[in-house]
Amino acid sequence: MPDAENAFKVRLSIRTALGDKAYAWDTNEEYLFKAMVAFSMRKVPNRETTEISHVLLCNVTQRVSFWFVVTDPSKNHTLPAVEIQSAIRMNRNRINSAFFLNDQTLEFLKIPSTLAPPTDPTMPIWMIIFSVIFCIVIVAVMLLIFSGIRQRRRKSKGPSEVDDTEDKCENMITIENGIPCDPLDTKGGHINDVFMTEDERLTPL
Amino acid sequence: MVRLVLPNPGLEARIPSLGQLETIEAEEASSRPKWDNKAQYMLTCVGFCVGLGNVWRFPYLCQSHGGGAFMIPFLILLVLEGIPLLHLEFAIGQRLRKGSVGVWSSIHPALKGVGIASMFVSFMVGYYYNTIIAWVMWYFFNSFQDPLPWSECPLNANRTGYVDECARSSSVDYFWYRETLNISTSISDSGSIQWWVLLCLTCAWSVLYVCTIRGIETTGKAVYITSTLPYVVLTIFLIRGLTLKGATNGIVFLFTPNVTELANPVTWLDAGAQVFYSFSLAFGGLISFSSYNSVHNNCEMDAVIVSVINGFTSVYAATVVYSIIGFRATERFDDCFNTNILTLMNGFDLPEGNVTQENFEEMKLWCNSSDPEAFARLRFQTCDMNSFLSEGVEGTGLAFIVFTEAITKMPLSPLWSVLFFIMLFCLGLSSMFGNMEGVVVPLQDLRIIPKKWPKELLTGLICLGTYLLAFVFTLNSGQYWLSLLDGYAGSIPLLVIAFCEMFAVVYVYGVDRFNRDIEFMIGHKPNIFWQVAWRVASPLLMLVIFLFFLVVKVNEELVYSVWDPAYEEFPKSQKVTYPGWVYAVVVIVAGVPCLVIPGFAIYKLLRDRCQRPGDRQGLVSGLSTASINGDLKS
Repeated sequence: MPDAENAFKVRLSIRTALGDKAYAWDTNEEYLFKAMVAFSMRKVPNRETTEISHVLLCNVTQRVSFWFVVTDPSKNHTLPAVEIQSAIRMNRNRINSAFFLNDQTLEFLKIPSTLAPPTDPTMPIWMIIFSVIFCIVIVAVMLLIFSGIRQRRRKSKGPSEVDDTEDKCENMITIENGIPCDPLDTKGGHINDVFMTEDERLTPL
Repeated sequence: MVRLVLPNPGLEARIPSLGQLETIEAEEASSRPKWDNKAQYMLTCVGFCVGLGNVWRFPYLCQSHGGGAFMIPFLILLVLEGIPLLHLEFAIGQRLRKGSVGVWSSIHPALKGVGIASMFVSFMVGYYYNTIIAWVMWYFFNSFQDPLPWSECPLNANRTGYVDECARSSSVDYFWYRETLNISTSISDSGSIQWWVLLCLTCAWSVLYVCTIRGIETTGKAVYITSTLPYVVLTIFLIRGLTLKGATNGIVFLFTPNVTELANPVTWLDAGAQVFYSFSLAFGGLISFSSYNSVHNNCEMDAVIVSVINGFTSVYAATVVYSIIGFRATERFDDCFNTNILTLMNGFDLPEGNVTQENFEEMKLWCNSSDPEAFARLRFQTCDMNSFLSEGVEGTGLAFIVFTEAITKMPLSPLWSVLFFIMLFCLGLSSMFGNMEGVVVPLQDLRIIPKKWPKELLTGLICLGTYLLAFVFTLNSGQYWLSLLDGYAGSIPLLVIAFCEMFAVVYVYGVDRFNRDIEFMIGHKPNIFWQVAWRVASPLLMLVIFLFFLVVKVNEELVYSVWDPAYEEFPKSQKVTYPGWVYAVVVIVAGVPCLVIPGFAIYKLLRDRCQRPGDRQGLVSGLSTASINGDLKS
């Protein structure tokens, strides 16, 4: 029966999947397997009458691997591989979960498993992160540029205001001997407090 | 001691005298930028020196040149070459208080070419370096999901299997070469602009602009994070790495000394080149940073500290990297072995658990004896731990392929991925600060830019201009262009410039004058070690390294590695020779900075000779002194 036309080899890796909680493979598990295959076949239109006894297992090894075929007693032949393949593929999840296994640990050689579809979010995550960071950066650039412009405007206004008052003082201060008195009084020069207090001490008449 | 000094008339007029230095410093306090505190300066210099090369070049060199034995040439050359050159750049910048162009043209007007060459090199390196940062950002943006996008291959059209290119190579290779770069098969095949890379490039240049917008005023704040975060992340990775299985294999492999490698001159050449490039010398950025210091800053101590930190970081990063590589190699080895075990078990239908790593060989023999025919049909992979450990892991391959694969195998992968790419981002960005400084300040010194243009505008224009030029790297062939520039723009010209710098300071400026300057600045004359190093040891070493490098580079065939799915030995990279016009690009990129130095000197000489008949002396730019009515602040 191995390598027969419509036979499939199945391989289980129970120890790999379950570790300590691994169950032993015995005839009861084989019975469950036959039931699952029969169940899958019954889901196919035209094959609703498949019974557990129609599923035959053979060459069970210690690996846990074996061959199985599904027969049709009325016509006395084995069901075509294509039908079995599509039936198993449709119910793969149910079969896997009956044995606590997955596609890698319960292998049907020659039956490729349908891989999980990728979850495509409407907007890729990287774009969200990128937009957040880019917006922060743009805001920071704007702030720095505007604060720089304001600083420069304040600096250019500041000395010009001082200049205005200077001009006014200059216009009012008389020039004695060609030297304006203003620099001697306010800028750079110190006013001698002694003289100030003396003036105040003199009582006005 | 050699007392050779070239005649240099007019030097006194061009540079501020020692007595003037302190007054100049006080006057410049408001107009010239300066550091808020010493920590900022140190962090900026350390950030500039410590870059991606410490993480992905040094570990590879260390491992491929005899492991622990590589430390010997590395440390020797660090002391004889790195520290003296660093001290020289710090001291000359602090003394002459100008950027690189200003410093060299003060020493002698004909040497302005050295500063211009530094500017070119800083520009070229900054140009392609920021693209690497853009790639790092792309991976960073993609790290915020579980599972990581490079952990699984995408499915093909009818969902029966994985995409062919990915199945034949690996999911990390596929993500890097196809989904990130979408690489073409040759440098001539440019393709189109990859919009996602362009977005990341925009982000990278914007972040750089924000950080450098006002020069050291803003970078000084940014370095608190960009220079310290890598160390935090490295420590976290070290702790995590050491708890992983197989990490010690990697570290042992890295540091196992192979003393015979010391006899190989290429080892010494690589060590010298690594020390030199790792210190970011000859870019002009360090001179510029140092010129913002106060006059009596202890530049000698700074040079020693920065060098020690740089060396230590290289070794530390190598340990971390190789602990992770050891883990990855062990995982790969285990996977390979388990696949072999599975093959044997499935071939002979043995019960699970019978075949383990320990009894694999005897089980093989037993199976062979029991059924030789069936055994001959089984195909086993060769699993060699050493080959996994020594898979050429340097450069972008290390970060984007090997390390990302290792991260997918660690629990909580998105966290490690985010940390790793933030670290790479900080390392790269802090190096870019130095590059930008090396471009902006010379442009200001050369008076190409009108003085009243604000600094924000200048930095903005430079960032914008370089960004537009960097569109080349977003093409399908972008990575090939980047490797080309990486190999030639930042290698030979730097060696030439550094040699000219040493020559200029020691023989044109005069090492005696230099000694007196340093004595004035830090209080004691540089000791015998510095004298020997500056006059003899370092220039000689530079010359030897330069000549060797030149010979090696000129003799090697211009080949590059190409990712070609149609190649027979795919997923190995195919070595293809460059097309003819690439030679022209290489000559321009490597030759122009080198030729600017003599070119400018000749131009200056000719101009002086033409002006001599008129006997007009150029106006000496002196600093204006205080006016009678008090300080007229500008």
